[in-house]
Amino acid sequence: MNLGGGQVVNKQSVMPSSSGASWKSTAAGGSGGGGGGDGGVPDQFPAGLRVLVVDDDPTCLMILEKMLRNCNYEVTKCNRAEVALSFLRENKNGFDVVISDVHMPDMDGFKLLEHIGIEMDLPTILLDCRVRKAYFLMIEFTVMSADDSKSVVMKGVTHGACDYLIKPVRIEALRNIWQHVVRKRKHEWKDFEPSASADEQKPPEEPDYSSSANEGHNWKNTKRRKDEDDEGEDRDDSSSLKKPRVVWSVELHQQFVAAVNQLGIDKAVPKKILELMNVPGLTRENVASHLQKYRLYLRRLSGSQHPGGMNASFMGGPDAGYGSISSLNGLDLQALAASGQLGQLPPQSLATLQAAALGRSTNSKSPISAPVIDQRNIFSFENPKSRYTEVQSQHLTNSSSSKQMNLLPGIPTNMEPKQFVSLQHQSGQHSFGSINNQVLIQMGGQSQSQSHSHSHSHSQGQSNTNPHHGLRPPVLSSEMLTRGGVVDMATTVYNPVVSQASSLVDFSMNHKNDSSGSSYPLGGSLGIPNLASATPTPLQGDGNLDTKVPRRGIVSSYDIFNDINPSGIREWGLQDVGMTFDSAQHTMQGGSGPVLLQHNRSSEREMGGQNRNSTSGKAIFSPGVETGSHRNVGQQRNSYVAENSLRVKAEDGSSHNNTLYPEQYGDDLLAAILKQ
Amino acid sequence: MERNQMQMHRQIATIRKSLFDQGYLDEQFVQLEELQDNSNPNFVEEVVTLFYRDSARFLYNLDQALEKRPLDFSRLDSLMHQFKGSSSSIGAKKVKIECTHFRDYCNARNTEGCKRTFQHVKKEYTTLKKKLEAYFQMSRQAGPIETACRPR
Repeated sequence: MNLGGGQVVNKQSVMPSSSGASWKSTAAGGSGGGGGGDGGVPDQFPAGLRVLVVDDDPTCLMILEKMLRNCNYEVTKCNRAEVALSFLRENKNGFDVVISDVHMPDMDGFKLLEHIGIEMDLPTILLDCRVRKAYFLMIEFTVMSADDSKSVVMKGVTHGACDYLIKPVRIEALRNIWQHVVRKRKHEWKDFEPSASADEQKPPEEPDYSSSANEGHNWKNTKRRKDEDDEGEDRDDSSSLKKPRVVWSVELHQQFVAAVNQLGIDKAVPKKILELMNVPGLTRENVASHLQKYRLYLRRLSGSQHPGGMNASFMGGPDAGYGSISSLNGLDLQALAASGQLGQLPPQSLATLQAAALGRSTNSKSPISAPVIDQRNIFSFENPKSRYTEVQSQHLTNSSSSKQMNLLPGIPTNMEPKQFVSLQHQSGQHSFGSINNQVLIQMGGQSQSQSHSHSHSHSQGQSNTNPHHGLRPPVLSSEMLTRGGVVDMATTVYNPVVSQASSLVDFSMNHKNDSSGSSYPLGGSLGIPNLASATPTPLQGDGNLDTKVPRRGIVSSYDIFNDINPSGIREWGLQDVGMTFDSAQHTMQGGSGPVLLQHNRSSEREMGGQNRNSTSGKAIFSPGVETGSHRNVGQQRNSYVAENSLRVKAEDGSSHNNTLYPEQYGDDLLAAILKQ
Repeated sequence: MERNQMQMHRQIATIRKSLFDQGYLDEQFVQLEELQDNSNPNFVEEVVTLFYRDSARFLYNLDQALEKRPLDFSRLDSLMHQFKGSSSSIGAKKVKIECTHFRDYCNARNTEGCKRTFQHVKKEYTTLKKKLEAYFQMSRQAGPIETACRPR
């Protein structure tokens, strides 16, 4: 999609005028946190956020409408998916966020999500100079469901949902949905802005974001940025200096990842990638900037130990499969995060997500294991093979912490799909959880592509393990691994996770509980209940883990984790993932060393630039629990700070933000690890 | 008059508390109460009324489906899933629990279990309805003060 390329770019960026206007007015009026001033309070999200709610249940619809109205949003409700689509088609820029139920008689919520992602992804839709708008629509698609099974959540995530909320929805979860929008916008702006103008404008924003300590600021900054963008774009358009923006759809990203894998991450150069992809209209610059983001994403995932190397290691071998996950910068993460967000979902979901992300490409465990090993190497300096073996044999014990290493705090959990998978297997699940949370949000634009990839990986991962049960435990373990594992590994740096379970649990508890408790009933519940249960069947929550989604990839990872981490921990992991959102914020505070780092990173990120993730509440993976969305699973810390919104939102390109911070964190992690 | 009203409010508060203590309602109901404000002074009652009106069709369909032989478990599960979602949105805790049991039996393809638990679902559903009707009636009689100082 080109914004400017050959099209009449609507200078009057939709955002500014329509959606933007609402934002602006909000800002001006100080209604929103960001708009009002520096002291923007997250709660004061710009009023007038236009939400479209779709649910065939009139009771839920009525409640949602009231909740959203109380958040000062503009609500349009409809009880049929077809009606919703026609609304969206008629008013391309008419909505900022779509919230839809999953189980509807006329159309599945996921289908609707796909339709929106596909249909709205039209050049003409991008009236706003912010291409992201289309993405936002796609991304900021919150899926609600009373089904807390991980598979469903994952499905939501992989389909490009920003967040996945589990019914009954709490108002706190809804309050933060705007963060998805912000995040997405920021993310997309960064991700998809190939033109120089965009780049120029970006830097100024970064400082803003990093400096602002609260979300409100971020929002404002984002807004300002947008305004600036608009102006810049206008100028550019007129001067035709602006390059058309490329929308990295799921398919496109998959192609990209496949090409990169084929070449090898180290050897992947834009020119060659471009040739391999063979997509007409794609320029080398587009690929180059996308590759950069991708590398940063991988780097984050791997804890930036080997920015390039890591990728290579992860990407190598089984990588081919992973690429599909398309988490370019955070999309995957986002997706993962999203899935994680569902965080309420038992660790399984997170693991699933991770697995999905990582294992998309790989159908079998083996492929994943390979990457996992690599990851481990990077992270933990341990013998990857040994770890790998462990994982594979599912005899992962805490010693496999090495695995966890992969998950490493540093790694933004969402890491590359491949990495992710590997991570998942090892500890990926852990990391996934923590990192993913954030990622979810970022998924935003990329969610589309990711969703595809995710779905692939998703299916792959899932098939391996027991649909629900299998997933659950692993998730926890992953979580644990991430948290605990990393901790163990980097005992020096992080809090030694001697008793992984305990520490992890605590950790997660901190994260999850804190965040989840409040906002998302689901999210919170997951974290807490699961942790408490610390039983092999955690996450069961309501035991509604439907095995709908083939979670092969993830399942396997879960299994592994199960072995490694006897219940309890695993759950914790999962929870964390979902809660990423919340945890992201909380992570800063709690979490063991390494974990903290990670979380801090994310949280910092969020704080600083209001990372996009913030909003998504934790994923609602929590079975039965009203968990918030686990969105965070996705990329980097998209912490859905939004406490509770399980919304499965494609986490926005927090990757962008992440990129900003990863360096810092990566170094920290690296140092931590080295200390070991 | 004043004292009577206060007494009524106290009574209502007691009833409300017992609904929570006995597990009929959960946190979600509180969410609804929090949504109630001056612009929607009877929000909770409206939602509950809407729920009971709308969910009747689920129970009807479930009844019908349970008459068939053999049972279409996936359909039953799907219907119950929706009904459960609806129930949980108003905080109908016991109803929700019974729905979960029903779904467990569905997944296990246990005909007897399904039929039995469905009776439980209906029982809890009806019991809650009566209790809430009485509660709302009293609330209306007591006047708006009750909502203003709703005890937590």
